[in-house]
Amino acid sequence: MAGGLVTTVHTYDAVIVGAGGAGLRAAIEASDRVRTAVISKLYPTRSHTGTAQGGVCAALANVEEDYPEWHAFDTVKGGDYLVDQPEAAVMCEEAPRDIYELEHWGLPFNRTPDGKIDQRRFGGHTRNHGEAPVKRACYAADRTGHMILQTLYQQCVKRNVRFFNEFYVLDLLMNEGRAAGVVAYELATGELHVFRAKSVMFATGGSGRMFKVSSNAHTLTGDAPAIAYRHGIPLEDMEFFQFHPTGVYKMGILLSEAVRGEGGILLNSEEERFMERYAPTVKDLAPRDLISRAIFQEIKEGRGIGPGRDGVWLDVRHLPREVIEEKLPDVTEFARLYLSVEPTTELVPIQPTAHYAMGGIPTDVDGLCVTGPDSVAVPGLYSAGECACVSVHGANRLGTNSLLDIVVFGRRGGKHMAEWSRTVDLPPLPDDPEGFTRGLVDPILARTEGVPPVEIRDRLQETMYDLAFVVRSAEGLTKMKGILDELKRQYEQVVIQDKGRMYNTDLMEAVELGFLLDNAEPLVVAALAREESRGGHYREDFPNRNDENWLKHSLAYRDEDGSVRLEWKPVKLGPYVPMERKY
Amino acid sequence: MAESSPGVPERSDDRRTENGQKVSLRLRIRRYNPEIREDSWWDEFEVRMLPNDRLLDALHEVKWRHDGTLALRRSCAHAICGSDAVTVNGRNRLACKVLVKEVAPRCTVEPIRGLPVLKDLIVDMEPFFDGYRSVLPYLVPEEGEPDKERPQSPEDRHRFDDTTKCILCACCTTSCPIFWGDEGYVGPAAIVAAHRFIYDSRDRAAQDRLQILSAKTGVFRCRTTFNCTEACPRSIQVTKAVQELKRSILFDRF
Repeated sequence: MAGGLVTTVHTYDAVIVGAGGAGLRAAIEASDRVRTAVISKLYPTRSHTGTAQGGVCAALANVEEDYPEWHAFDTVKGGDYLVDQPEAAVMCEEAPRDIYELEHWGLPFNRTPDGKIDQRRFGGHTRNHGEAPVKRACYAADRTGHMILQTLYQQCVKRNVRFFNEFYVLDLLMNEGRAAGVVAYELATGELHVFRAKSVMFATGGSGRMFKVSSNAHTLTGDAPAIAYRHGIPLEDMEFFQFHPTGVYKMGILLSEAVRGEGGILLNSEEERFMERYAPTVKDLAPRDLISRAIFQEIKEGRGIGPGRDGVWLDVRHLPREVIEEKLPDVTEFARLYLSVEPTTELVPIQPTAHYAMGGIPTDVDGLCVTGPDSVAVPGLYSAGECACVSVHGANRLGTNSLLDIVVFGRRGGKHMAEWSRTVDLPPLPDDPEGFTRGLVDPILARTEGVPPVEIRDRLQETMYDLAFVVRSAEGLTKMKGILDELKRQYEQVVIQDKGRMYNTDLMEAVELGFLLDNAEPLVVAALAREESRGGHYREDFPNRNDENWLKHSLAYRDEDGSVRLEWKPVKLGPYVPMERKY
Repeated sequence: MAESSPGVPERSDDRRTENGQKVSLRLRIRRYNPEIREDSWWDEFEVRMLPNDRLLDALHEVKWRHDGTLALRRSCAHAICGSDAVTVNGRNRLACKVLVKEVAPRCTVEPIRGLPVLKDLIVDMEPFFDGYRSVLPYLVPEEGEPDKERPQSPEDRHRFDDTTKCILCACCTTSCPIFWGDEGYVGPAAIVAAHRFIYDSRDRAAQDRLQILSAKTGVFRCRTTFNCTEACPRSIQVTKAVQELKRSILFDRF
């Protein structure tokens, strides 16, 4: 027994890990059908969905002419053609249904004068295949994610969904190739809990904390991808990470793309609106990858701002004051509070920030995990949201499509796992189900000397920011791979001060660091292998997209010896033939 | 964070991009850990931080470089997730929404009051969420869903805007002297949650919620001390919402 404590065994039909938008949406669907538990290392309302600001896109055509097909085209083009097109079509066609459902559940969207859900512009979303920006983003001020998270949690309260809050899932249980449950560490007591289940869904969110400058919460440490990877499940397209152009200078806190949707512009040190040169049609509303690269180019050519000349300005001084105060209140407050800048009269310093993992656990449109080039299903294992890869975001996610992803695929996954769970028996537990977890936790607790987590984490974040960020090269990535090998060796000697059982957040952070390392390594290895530039992955030594060789998804497996092995999976094409991406 | 480099000339208003020199901050933190002793105690730590760093960064500095046993909750670090409510120099704040320059050279950090302390700055949130869950915190619409959205005018939407901002951090409820003394009182955050639905034109359960709030555990426990409004990191007019509900109950009008 771990530390002399008993292990409790629970039995459910469906177990959902993570209580952000995807997990809660799945829980609503599953709990109506089967015995469901939601396990989260946080309280549900602390989840990072709540920080999403700008909006959630659906072709409602409430303000302007619009069609789901236009939305699907933008999603595919925005993803630099690495998107699986049938999956993107599903998401965009079902988007209006899911937005209306959120409204029916009470989500307080902003309204048009005639009482419909209001919509605004967002980067990369256009009318008629790129003609001009279109008003497609449904929003609630700049608190859309907060409202989605609250609304979904409220619906879970209404349905009396069973939550295990502050339970940290550390392992997946498998039985003969089928998901059989999870093992969780209860933060309040240090006890282990085995959850037997017919189906398991991972919805643990992002992994942005592997970078020094990130918009992500401290708790976004790639938990589920690392757990899956340790069980031989591949991670898809890990080299594609989104660097959002407008993070608060030096801090990384997100300043929503809605700022530019409402008319904000970017300026370099000469106060030139440089996006006019890079994207003449949509300018400051180009997709995020293009803008982040443009900012790096401006910085490289000496037109950056700040003491390190490593940022640019965001300018909203020309916007009507009521737009700033009423449609962008939180963003305005971030600038005032964290930068002491008054955005109505002053330029706001920004720089690109690590924001979103396009890659993750490979799934089909029902959230079912699929492995290998032929997409073979892992029965009972599901994933949804940022930790999953459907793939609807391809090489670069469009703004607002993450909130859409979590409601569409959370719903589909929750429904599928529940219906499947009704038809099957409970799989037997493997022998010594919590053995692996004890092997993870006990040595960290027992060790009395070694390397503190902060040393390893600081070095990981700084070097990933220097070598695997917006601009990459073979030289830098090779160096990064060497550093990761070193950090992994150091991690084997990680030592913490807190040896107690109650709320041992020292231990939790050490485990999170291990998960981050297991996200960073597949990212770096796949980025080194992909000798082209596409979406969020830019190689200065291979600056062009190369469809002939690289129009394919990467699958990173952990081999027996701990090294990364890559396979490749074809992209599912459709009506949109890959073409040069101009905006 | 980059220090300023004297060789590079900058604009006259460097304030926007520079963080200045590190300053000294002496943190006095109330500790509690029932695994090692029965009573609480005070620890003091001296850290060097930039003026624009958050108090949360200073607490991390303590945890990561001085004492790994310090337990606190936090996640997003920019005042949206509501995890890191603590009492700072006697006032309830989010640690990520207090800047070092506001409190240096010394400040006192304690767990929020009125909820059982479990370890250091971590309190038991279950009684708080029990209050929230007791007020039917979800939309109860008319039967039958339309194909599209339920219409709502911008004015009707604006009616309850303020109380939609709540992040359930508990700063308000745990600043309320009535809540400290009366475990039955639902507290201001639960009342804010009820307000958000009662004044939503799409909702049909206002009478049920008003009945819950008119019970002895409800709004009439409030003695209008305004602590909740002062404590709210989202600038919600909490006391005003409570007063509106009192009037709605007394005059059966909403």
